[in-house]
Amino acid sequence: MINKQVVDAQQAVADVPDGAVVGIGGFGNSGVPVDLIDALIAHGARDLTLVSNNAGGGEVGVARLLKAGLVRKIVCSFPRAADSYVFDALYRSGQLELELVPQGTLAERLRAAGAGVGAFFTPTAYGTVLAADREVRTFNGREQVMELALALDFALVKAECADRWGNLTYRKLARNFGPVMATAARCTIASAAQMLPLGELDPETIVTPGIYVSRVVHRSAPAEERSAA
Amino acid sequence: MSDSRNRIAARVAQDIPEGSYVNLGIGLPTLVAHHIPADREVILHSENGVLGRWQKPQEGQADPDVINAGKEPIELLPGAALFHHADSFAMMRGGHLDFCVLGGFQVSAQGDLANWHSGDPQSIPAVGGAMDLAVGAKRVFVTMEHVGKDGTHKILPQCTYPLTGSRCVSRIYTDMAVLDVREDGLHVREMAPGVTRDQLIAATGAALVFGL
Repeated sequence: MINKQVVDAQQAVADVPDGAVVGIGGFGNSGVPVDLIDALIAHGARDLTLVSNNAGGGEVGVARLLKAGLVRKIVCSFPRAADSYVFDALYRSGQLELELVPQGTLAERLRAAGAGVGAFFTPTAYGTVLAADREVRTFNGREQVMELALALDFALVKAECADRWGNLTYRKLARNFGPVMATAARCTIASAAQMLPLGELDPETIVTPGIYVSRVVHRSAPAEERSAA
Repeated sequence: MSDSRNRIAARVAQDIPEGSYVNLGIGLPTLVAHHIPADREVILHSENGVLGRWQKPQEGQADPDVINAGKEPIELLPGAALFHHADSFAMMRGGHLDFCVLGGFQVSAQGDLANWHSGDPQSIPAVGGAMDLAVGAKRVFVTMEHVGKDGTHKILPQCTYPLTGSRCVSRIYTDMAVLDVREDGLHVREMAPGVTRDQLIAATGAALVFGL
């Protein structure tokens, strides 16, 4: 019998090695799997490369992971926020490397990795400093820059409902980067608010099919409350 | 919220016809939604994965998982559709949006746009979806004050700030004028009430074509 549910978040992240490339879903505070991030901090793997649209705010979630000193590099589109002081200080002091990627290029590089595409051409960022060193080719009369697929070792995603096969649904706009990161990772770990018996999820409504998911954690109420705070 | 900003937003709204799919950027562009008449069906797109129409939620009704690109809470109205980030940016980059409305630091005579970075090495760089919108929407409208707070030109022969996109702007809406970007330069489409031709020329760093 397939059962991807693991006992808790700690066990789910126990084999994340030093130097891993870890994608974390979320846009702002919505869709950020805070319970899995807290487990990753407790686990203590170092020199991580983090792929996340934002660099967190305050001292929870992604910001807490940065503050713990476990991240060497972050790949992201919009690190700046009103309360991104943890990121700002690490970046300004040179303790954290930043690879700034246009948001759509970030999503597409993940999608490419998930779909077995090695690289692609896009007009986004042509003629800008963010594509200064890219190969340029012209398609349909338009200059385009080559972008490489961005594969993840692990993806941490926040789901709403899951079953033991790893089929997932999401809650409203918390879906954001979760589904595409799940496709790009060698090992996707999902935190779900509800675990449902196999067959309870309507096949028409499943957003991430279980083939993309390795482990599911039924998240506990305290972590959920903290993520909402 | 200043009258000038609302006047610009209201002017943009006049040019967004029923049936359009539109992405409104953060800041002044967000105000455009308030000036689209309720009986005109215009469908908004927000990069974090929603198409539809929305409004500000009632006090105490905000849902942390229902937010716009500026991370402000919104309340979805009937007809909304949700999707993930790769689909959302495929809509933007694949030419499916009829319009995007963006703020601007500078626009060049060729329609280059600078709106994500002042070039100050001390600032924290952040680009978000600006570069995707600039090249992906069918028509790119830029809204901004015609000159900077210190009187410096923002419409220039060449941008001096780092670019968001090259030759991507279709039309510029400011507190002084509406300008069309065409192959042969910036065409004055209209001037705000009380603005003279000489004032507009003085406030603009690039050559203007008056075909009125």
